[in-house]
Amino acid sequence: MKAAPFDYHAPTTVAEAAALLAEHGDEAKVLAGGQSLLPMLALRLTRFEHLVDVTGVPEMHGIERANGHLRVGAATLQSVAEHDADLAVAVPLLARAIPHIGHFQIRNRGTIGGSLAHADPASELPAVALALDATFEAVSTRGTREIPAADFFEGTWSTALADDEILVGVRFPVWSGRCGFGVAEVARRSGDFALAGVAVAVELATDDTLARVAVGVFGVGSTPLRATATEVALLDQIPTEAVLADAARAGAAELDTVDDVHASAVYRTRVAAHLMQSGLGAAIEEARRG
Amino acid sequence: MAEHRIHCTVNGARQRGLVESRTTLADFLREGLGLTGTHLACEHGVCGACTVMLDGRAVRSCLMLAVQADGHEVTTIEGIAEPDGTLSAVQQAFMDAHGLQCGFCTPGFVVSVTAFLEDHPDPSEAEIREGIAGNLCRCTGYQGIVAAVRLAAERLRVDA
Repeated sequence: MKAAPFDYHAPTTVAEAAALLAEHGDEAKVLAGGQSLLPMLALRLTRFEHLVDVTGVPEMHGIERANGHLRVGAATLQSVAEHDADLAVAVPLLARAIPHIGHFQIRNRGTIGGSLAHADPASELPAVALALDATFEAVSTRGTREIPAADFFEGTWSTALADDEILVGVRFPVWSGRCGFGVAEVARRSGDFALAGVAVAVELATDDTLARVAVGVFGVGSTPLRATATEVALLDQIPTEAVLADAARAGAAELDTVDDVHASAVYRTRVAAHLMQSGLGAAIEEARRG
Repeated sequence: MAEHRIHCTVNGARQRGLVESRTTLADFLREGLGLTGTHLACEHGVCGACTVMLDGRAVRSCLMLAVQADGHEVTTIEGIAEPDGTLSAVQQAFMDAHGLQCGFCTPGFVVSVTAFLEDHPDPSEAEIREGIAGNLCRCTGYQGIVAAVRLAAERLRVDA
């Protein structure tokens, strides 16, 4: 099918883009890489009178490290971020999540901010942002505000962004010390949406207890989720196999998982528990190696 | 209805067109320029039949608006062979290793594999399978395609 007609706008500054959204309200939608929006328009799952293409806004591109954070411009291509050496060092969890997105042809158009603002619960980057407590920078003609990841994802394809707001960048905290990271998922085919997946980060104290644990889960519910019970159970513990298994089970039991045609909620919970345990185990091994 | 005048380079030639906002790059190539080698099947980014190169990177031409190609360089399957018709190493390998049957998906595979081998000149079996994961073939069962990618990689390394 073909998309219904719309007007196309190509602003070159954030201010210009914000003015367009302020003018057209909910009849307008921000277009970034278009790898989710264009199929939804083609299938006529949604339609808008105006698309505001932000890929030509220079200030929305780029990756920079400052004040303990890595800031990624929202319109930065996933393929650019995937091969960025600074990003791989500063936020390894993000670097390891990106290759799981779609296929390389998709990552050549898809953007970091687009994937986050689209907020598909089965996609990887929202879970990474949630696990790392990233900060979202939103701009409208009313001003700029910062949204913590914990408040950003409200439902399937739904975020805290207002109709007139643009996501311009995301700041990811840089972890230092004895850290380990991992992204693991189960999908029917490579590149398919995950039936369940986890993004985990750990930091070991000098006595080998866990000083920091972050577990993001995707593909199981209507938003990305944090496995808080797992994190709490592991904090300050020496992570033996038994401790990990108990913590993963406790976290999975608390997840609000959904049934659909692809997998049952029970199956998703079991897969998530397994992925948490193996993902955390691998991340802890990495942290031990230093 | 909003229309846009665009200029782009397609297979080395300067092209211009008047496109509706909603016209995809794939439809512009096929209907505007008559380059029907770019095939359309799913039209929502799953099958990979419409893969072209945008500024040298493989992309889905159904998931991009024609107006977004303004000022850019596009290479389609028609631009892969030599001007005299000599097949590229990837095309020849698909022929020699039986990497196609009905041929519908082949333009997308050839463009994807051409881009993939530029970044992975010596791919492992697993990398080849990952590299072609974004293109669907309903005939071959992929064995011939994997063999073709391996053969093309070998020949390109010898030539390099």
